[in-house]
Amino acid sequence: MTSNWPILSTLIWLPIFGAVVVLAAGEHRAALSRVLALIVAGLTFLLSISLFTGFDTSTAAMQFSELKPWIETFHINYALGVDGFSVPLILLTTFFGVLVVIAGWEVITDKVHQYMACFLLMEGLMVGVFAALDAMLFYAFFEAMLIPMFLVIGIWGGPNKVYATIKFFLYTFLGSVFMLISLIYLYLQSGTWSILEWHQFPLALNVQKWLFLGFLAAFSVKIPMWPVHTWLPDAHVEAPTGGSVILAAIMLKIGGYGFIRFSLPVTPDAAAALDWLIIALSLIAVVYIGFVALVQEDMKKLIAYSSISHMGFVTLGMFIAFGVFQNTDSGRGAALGVEGAMVQMISHGFISGALFLCVGVLYDRVHSRMIKDYGGVAHKMPWFAALAVLFFMANSGLPGTSGFVGEFMVILAAFQANFWYAFLAALTLILGAAYSLWLVKRVIFGKVANNDVAMLEDINAREALVLGVLAVAVLLVGLWPAPLVDLMHASVDSLLQHIQQPKTVLLGGQ
Amino acid sequence: MSLKTILILIPLLPLLAAAVAGLLRNQVGRAGSHWVTILGVAISFALSVYVLYLQMYQGLGTQNISVYTWMVADGIKFEIGFLIDHLSSLMMVVVSFISFMVHIYTIGYMADDPGYQRFFSYIALFTFSMLMLVMSNNFLQLFFGWEAVGLVSYLLIGFWFDRESAVYAGLKAFLVNRVGDFGFLLGIAAVLYCFGSMDYFEVFAAAPGIEGQSVSIIPGVEWQWITVICICLFIGAMGKSAQAPLHVWLPDSMEGPTPISALIHAATMVTAGIFMVARMSPLFELSEAALSFVMLIGALTAFFMGLVGIVQNDIKRVIAYSTLSQLGYMTVALGVSAYSAAIFHLGTHAFFKALLFLGAGSVIIALHHQQDMRYMGGLRKQMPITWITAWVGTLALIGFPFFAGFYSKDAIIEAVHASSRWGAGVAYWAVLLGVIVTSFYSFRLLYLTFHGKPRYTVDVGAGHHPPDGVLQHAPKESPLVVTVPLILLAIPSIVIGYLTIDPVLFTGWLSDSITVLPQNDVLAAVGEHFHGPTAMAQHALQTAPFWLMLGGFVLATLVYMVRPALAGTLAQRFPRLHALLENKFYVDELYQKLFIGNTLRIGNGLWKKADAGLIDGWLVNGSAKLVGSLSARVRTWQSGFLFQYAFAMIIGLIGILAIWVML
Repeated sequence: MTSNWPILSTLIWLPIFGAVVVLAAGEHRAALSRVLALIVAGLTFLLSISLFTGFDTSTAAMQFSELKPWIETFHINYALGVDGFSVPLILLTTFFGVLVVIAGWEVITDKVHQYMACFLLMEGLMVGVFAALDAMLFYAFFEAMLIPMFLVIGIWGGPNKVYATIKFFLYTFLGSVFMLISLIYLYLQSGTWSILEWHQFPLALNVQKWLFLGFLAAFSVKIPMWPVHTWLPDAHVEAPTGGSVILAAIMLKIGGYGFIRFSLPVTPDAAAALDWLIIALSLIAVVYIGFVALVQEDMKKLIAYSSISHMGFVTLGMFIAFGVFQNTDSGRGAALGVEGAMVQMISHGFISGALFLCVGVLYDRVHSRMIKDYGGVAHKMPWFAALAVLFFMANSGLPGTSGFVGEFMVILAAFQANFWYAFLAALTLILGAAYSLWLVKRVIFGKVANNDVAMLEDINAREALVLGVLAVAVLLVGLWPAPLVDLMHASVDSLLQHIQQPKTVLLGGQ
Repeated sequence: MSLKTILILIPLLPLLAAAVAGLLRNQVGRAGSHWVTILGVAISFALSVYVLYLQMYQGLGTQNISVYTWMVADGIKFEIGFLIDHLSSLMMVVVSFISFMVHIYTIGYMADDPGYQRFFSYIALFTFSMLMLVMSNNFLQLFFGWEAVGLVSYLLIGFWFDRESAVYAGLKAFLVNRVGDFGFLLGIAAVLYCFGSMDYFEVFAAAPGIEGQSVSIIPGVEWQWITVICICLFIGAMGKSAQAPLHVWLPDSMEGPTPISALIHAATMVTAGIFMVARMSPLFELSEAALSFVMLIGALTAFFMGLVGIVQNDIKRVIAYSTLSQLGYMTVALGVSAYSAAIFHLGTHAFFKALLFLGAGSVIIALHHQQDMRYMGGLRKQMPITWITAWVGTLALIGFPFFAGFYSKDAIIEAVHASSRWGAGVAYWAVLLGVIVTSFYSFRLLYLTFHGKPRYTVDVGAGHHPPDGVLQHAPKESPLVVTVPLILLAIPSIVIGYLTIDPVLFTGWLSDSITVLPQNDVLAAVGEHFHGPTAMAQHALQTAPFWLMLGGFVLATLVYMVRPALAGTLAQRFPRLHALLENKFYVDELYQKLFIGNTLRIGNGLWKKADAGLIDGWLVNGSAKLVGSLSARVRTWQSGFLFQYAFAMIIGLIGILAIWVML
C-alpha cells in the first residue's frame, strides 16, 4: 500500500459501504449477511493494523492526514488525521468490530442483515469520530454514531427498551447541544472549524470556562461521569450483548477522547481553573459508584456501574496534571496520569467488552441476568469459569492484567498531586475486588444452584475464540504495556507542554 | 547457560508447568500434570541451589539484572528484573524446596480429588508468583508478585468451590489482603514521589537524602516522609503476613486443602511481608517511629494469637494460630532492627511449620477428613512416622535446645531484650510469655492427636458419611509420597538452626542485603555473648525462655495427660475468658458489624436514595416531565417515530457524505 493511500477514509467508509451491502443482502439471506459482515470487519481490522505499523512515535504531529474542502461556505473541511491518542482507540474500534460480528453470529436470528449493518455502520462512524480533525465533521460523526446504537437497543433490546433509549437519547442529546454551542462559538470567533487551529486560538479565561462547561456537558454524559451517569445502567440492561459490548468498549471512550481533543487543549486555562471539579467528580465516581456496584443484583448493571467507576480513573488521570505541576518541581506524574488514563480506556475496552460477553454467554443459555438465578456455574462450565474469573480479576485491577496498568499509573500520578486523591482512588483496590469477586462467588462458585444451571453447557468454539482473544489481549497489555504507551509519549508530552502555556497571555499580547 | 538464563528459568519453569497442567489438563492427564509440575519445580529448586552455591562459594556478588522493560512513562522506568543477593537466593531455595516437597505430598493427599490437575496447576503458578516476588529488583514486580500470590491463595482456599465456607474464606482472604495492598500501593506511590524511581537500588541509595523531610497529610500534623512510606508499606505486610488487626483471613484460609496450608499459609506466602520489610531495611532503618509500630504490632500478634490457639479444636486451626503467633515473632524481630533474626526464623519456621501442617494432613487423610481433635487420640501406634515427625516439628516450634526453632526464637527474644526502642519492654514481655503459650498449645495438639486413648470408633458399616467420631476404616500410616516429605522436612527442622545460626546472624552473611544502622544493631550486642551453637544451647538452661517452655509442657501434660477432665473444668471456671478466646476476641464479629453491614447499607443508600431517587427521580425524569408538559406534540413525535426519524438521519448523512466523497 502506498503512503498516499487515504487509509483513514478507508477505515471509515469501508464499513459504512459494507453496511449498505450487508443491508442489501436482505432479510432472508442471514448466512450471507453474516459472512459479508465478517469479511468487511475483518478487512477493516487488517487494514487498521497499518496505522500501528506505519505510525511514527517520535512526533506529536497528525499523521495519515487527509484534507479536502467539504462545505466551503462555512469553511467546513473533510479533515482527518491521527496522533498517539487516536491510533489506539481506532485500533480498539476495529478490533471490536470483528469481535461483535462473531459474537452475534448465531445468537442473533432476527433481522440479521440489519443487525450486522448497524454494527458496521457504527464502526465506521466511530473511527470517524477518532479521526476527524474538523469540528463539524467530528460533530456529524459524534451524533450519527448514536443512531445505529438506538436502533440496536430499540430493535434487539429488552422489555424496557423504550424507557432506556429515550433516557439515553435525552441525556446525550442535551449534552451534545451544549457542545454544539461551544463549537459554533469557536467557529464564529476563529473563522475555522479546524480543531488543531483552535488549540492555538487565544481565548479569555471566562470565555474558556463557558466553552469548557459546554464540552463538559457532552463528554461527561458520554463517558459517563457522576452525576450524569444514570442512563448507562439502563441502556446496558436493555441492550443486546453486542450493543453493550460496543457501548462499554468504545462509545464511553469517546467521552474521554473528547476531553483530550477539546477540553484540555482548546480551553487549557479553564481546565486548570476547574480541574478541582473534574477531580472531585472523578473521585466520587470511583468511591460512590464502587459502593453502588456492590449491591447490584443484575450482572449487567453491576458491570455498568463498575464501568462508571473505572471511567473515574480516566477523568482523574487526565485532569491530575495541573495538581502535579503545582505540587512538584519536576512535574513528574503529569504524563503518567494522562497515559494512565489512555491505558485505562483501552484496557477497560477489553475487560468490559469481555465481561458483557460473559454475561451474554450465560444469558443466551438461561435467559436471566440476575445474580440470584445462578450459582455453581463452574461445575458445568469450567472453561467459561476460568475465563470469567480472569476477566473479573482484571476488572479488580490484578497486576499482570491490563486492568492493573491504568489504575496503577493514575494512582501513582494522583499521589504526586495530593495524598488524599491517591487515597480515595486507591479505595478501588478494595471496592473493585469486593464487587467483582462477590459476583464471582455467587455466580461461578458454590453448589449448582438450580436446574437451569445444571443444564448448562460449556462455551462452544465460537465463544471460546472471542473470549480467548480478549484474554490474550488483557494479559498482553498487563505483562507488556510498553508498545501501547510508546505510541502516546510524543502526543502526551506535546499536550502537557501546551496546557502549561496560558492562552490568555497570548490574548493580552494582541 | 548464562546466569541470566538460569535466573529466568527459575520462575519460568513452574509457570510453564502450570500452564501445561492447567490448559492441557485433559491431554496430559492426572499423572502428566503431576510429573510436569514436579519436574518444573524440581529443576527450579536445583537451579536455586546452584545460585546459592555460586553466592556462597564462588564469590558471585550481588546481581542486579534487568529482564525486560515493562514500560517507560514520564521518564520513570518500570522494569521486570532480578536482584540476586544472599537474601533472595536464600528465599529462592526455601520457597522452591518447600514447594517441591508439597508437590510430592500432593500426589498422596489429593489422590482421589477430581480437581487434581487444577490443583497442580495452581501450586506451580504459586511457585512462579512467589519466586517473582522474592527475586524482584523493583517495586513494580514486587507488587506483581505480591498480588499474584494473593490470587493463587484465593483460588486455592476456595479450591473446593462447592463448599460455601471455602469460597467465602477465599473471598475474605483476598479482600483483607486488598486492605493491606491498599496501604502497600500508597507506599509505593510515596516512594515514587520521594525518589522518582521504582528500582530498589536507586531508592535505597537516595533514602538517606529525605531524612528530616516532612509532610502534613492531615493539616497541622507533620509526619516524616520516611515514616509515611514505611508505615504504608508495612500495612501491606500486615495483610500478607496476617498481623493483627488484618489477621482474620488466615485462620479461615484453613478451608483450603492441607498441602496449600503448608506451602502458602505457613511456609512461604505469609512470610512475604517479613521478607519485604527485611528487603526494605535501608528505608525502615531511617524511621524509629515506623519500627516501633512494626514491633508493637508484631508483639500484639505473637502473644494474643497464640492464646487463641489454646482453645481451638480443629487441628489445622491450632497450627494456623500458631503460624500467626510465629509471624508475630518475626515481625517483632523486624521492629527491633534484627532483620536477620526475622529471616532466620522465617527459614526455620518454613521447615517445621510445613512439617507440622503436612503431618496434620497425614492425620486428616488417615481419619477420612476428620479435623476435629476431639475425635482423635492415640494415633501414635497406627501412624509412627507421622507421630515422630510431629514430635520433631513440635520441639522445633517450641524452641527446644538444639532444634531449629530454638536458635531462631531465642535470638529474637534476646534481640528484643537488647533493644532500647520505644516500647521494647512491652514487646519483650509479649515474646517471653508467648513461649509458654506456644509450648502449651503445641503439646496439647500432640497429646490430643497422638497420645491417650482413641476417641473415635471404627464401624465398617457406617457408610460414606459417618457421624463425627465414627470411622469406616481403621486409620493407618499414610503412603510414602506423604511420609517421605515429612522425613525430608524433619531433618532440617532439627539441624538447620544449629548449622546456620552463626553465618546468618552473627558473621554478617546477610549484610549484603540488609542494612542496620550501628546504633540499632541489637544482634551485634547479642553476638557478643555467642560462643557457638552448642554453647548457646547449654546456656539456654539458665534462661527464662527454656523454663517457660518447660512450664508450658508441664501444664499441658497435667491438663491433657494426667487429668484429662481438667480442661473442661477450667473452661467452666472461667467462662468469660474461655468465650473470649473461643470467639477469637470477637474480631470477626466486630468487622462483620462495622464494615460488612455498613458497606452494604451505604451501597444501597447511595443506589436507591441518591441514584434512583435524587438523580433519576428528580433530575432526569423530572426534566423529562417538564419538557413533556411544555410540548406534548414534540414528545409524541419523538417516542412514536424515533426509528424512522433515526433512519432518515442516517440516510441523509450517508447520502451527503457519500455523494461528496465520490465526487
